[in-house]
Amino acid sequence: MHAAKGAKGSAAAPPAATPARGTPATRKAVLEAAEIRRALTRIAHEIVERTDGAVGVVLLGIPTRGVPLARRLAERIEQVEGQPVPHGSLDVTMYRDDLRLRPARALGRTDVPAAGIDGAIVVLVDDVLYSGRTVRAALDALNDLGRPRAVQLAVLIDRGHRELPVRADYVGKNLPTSTQEVVRVLLTEVDGEDAVILSQAAPAATASTGSGT
Amino acid sequence: MNRHLISAADLTRDDALLILDTADELARISDRPIKKLPTLRGRTVVNLFFEDSTRTRISFEAAAKRLSADVINFSAKGSSVTKGESLKDTALTLEAMGADAVVIRHSASGAPARLAGWVRGTVVNAGDGSHEHPTQALLDAFTIRRKFGRSAGPGPGSGRRSGAPGGALDGLRVTIVGDVLHSRVARSNVLLLHTLGAEVTLVAPPTLLPVAVGAWPAAVGYDLDSALPKSDVVMMLRVQQERMNAAYFPSVREYSRRYGLDSARMAQLPEQAIVMHPGPMNRGVEIAAEVADSARSTIVEQVANGVSVRMAVLYLLLGGAEAQS
Repeated sequence: MHAAKGAKGSAAAPPAATPARGTPATRKAVLEAAEIRRALTRIAHEIVERTDGAVGVVLLGIPTRGVPLARRLAERIEQVEGQPVPHGSLDVTMYRDDLRLRPARALGRTDVPAAGIDGAIVVLVDDVLYSGRTVRAALDALNDLGRPRAVQLAVLIDRGHRELPVRADYVGKNLPTSTQEVVRVLLTEVDGEDAVILSQAAPAATASTGSGT
Repeated sequence: MNRHLISAADLTRDDALLILDTADELARISDRPIKKLPTLRGRTVVNLFFEDSTRTRISFEAAAKRLSADVINFSAKGSSVTKGESLKDTALTLEAMGADAVVIRHSASGAPARLAGWVRGTVVNAGDGSHEHPTQALLDAFTIRRKFGRSAGPGPGSGRRSGAPGGALDGLRVTIVGDVLHSRVARSNVLLLHTLGAEVTLVAPPTLLPVAVGAWPAAVGYDLDSALPKSDVVMMLRVQQERMNAAYFPSVREYSRRYGLDSARMAQLPEQAIVMHPGPMNRGVEIAAEVADSARSTIVEQVANGVSVRMAVLYLLLGGAEAQS
């Protein structure tokens, strides 16, 4: 059960058999910390390449886990280009199309760099790309903040099953999944460790912390 | 959270903190060029005001509009109420028009609770008689929290309740001064501030304290000068002459002497203390003009915060799936 999932990607050596913390036996780590690090480094280079040195780029992470990912990407781009890259967060809760399906939820933080996004190349950053509805909400939210020159999308995991015509420009790993599975991205800043976990949806657990849509 | 907001006592500590944290995030959109969110598109909020109001009604209207709700304003003047229509018939009319939420202000204590039994939508109490005014208490708590640096931190906000969000008001000493008897603001504030952990003291002439004040979760005193040095927050209440049909104190001048906040009294406050007033003020009666306009006064901020807090309340009550009542 520790083998990396699927045919794709560099099936890195599975870790020592650590008992999965608090999760049922169906837990499967599909990305380990080192792979996440490499994926982010590659994405950072791709952003630099595609945007001519990341000039005019603003990285906006979608809470919760998109925000630390955006920060990490900004740090890596700065290391490559020697220029700081403005980064922030964009909460999309108020723009979601499924608000009425669940009780009202707490809001995340929207924190746009002081220079704003007008004329910038905004790179949205999220952990998991799934239905595409979060990205649609993010595009609406951006619309109320200004008029970027272009909007691109970077995600750590693309798990498929799109419900809207949305595509990512930068993908850490394509992860074929079934809709019965739950993909959880764990990040040190939020969860204390870096990992991407694939597990079977336990009927009781689906409603709670399933992240990324 | 409950489906209605009738009393500050309906709110648990977690509910109250959720509202304040939400308001913290919503306050940030008032700095944006486009101060609007699409969240309540297609929902109808009726402002049902049987009693005069400036800031509360405008504040609720602005809050609902910023969330893209449709707002219908109703004031008793110029409506069928002057022809003798009852509250229940008015409520049924609103119901037939498909109101998702009714924001009600009424001179009768308990009117919102009655209304909640008659309509399917959410009822928000915007002040009923001398009973309660929960959104005022929430905006006061919000203002205190900001002033004392306990709001959701500037760091990257985690969307989750358990993480970084702001704290409660534990240990802060709040003194509420004046016409407690007629004040719905005082009652709601005592309940909410107590829930949030603040230590509340009421200071008033004995004639302006309710009979059952001993049962309130607050200390009671009669001497303002001894209370001020021990206060982080002083909340001055309006002397509600329109509700006074008897003589509660010998003269306005004497009241002002003993219970008014002037600059000499303000000087007794600890350095970081703030002065609040729910408005409208009687300048020169419960609060001197130079105090109301001083740097310690949060009166204008309270009004601005009112919009954010009411947005948070409307969002949390109307924005999600219908809660079980």
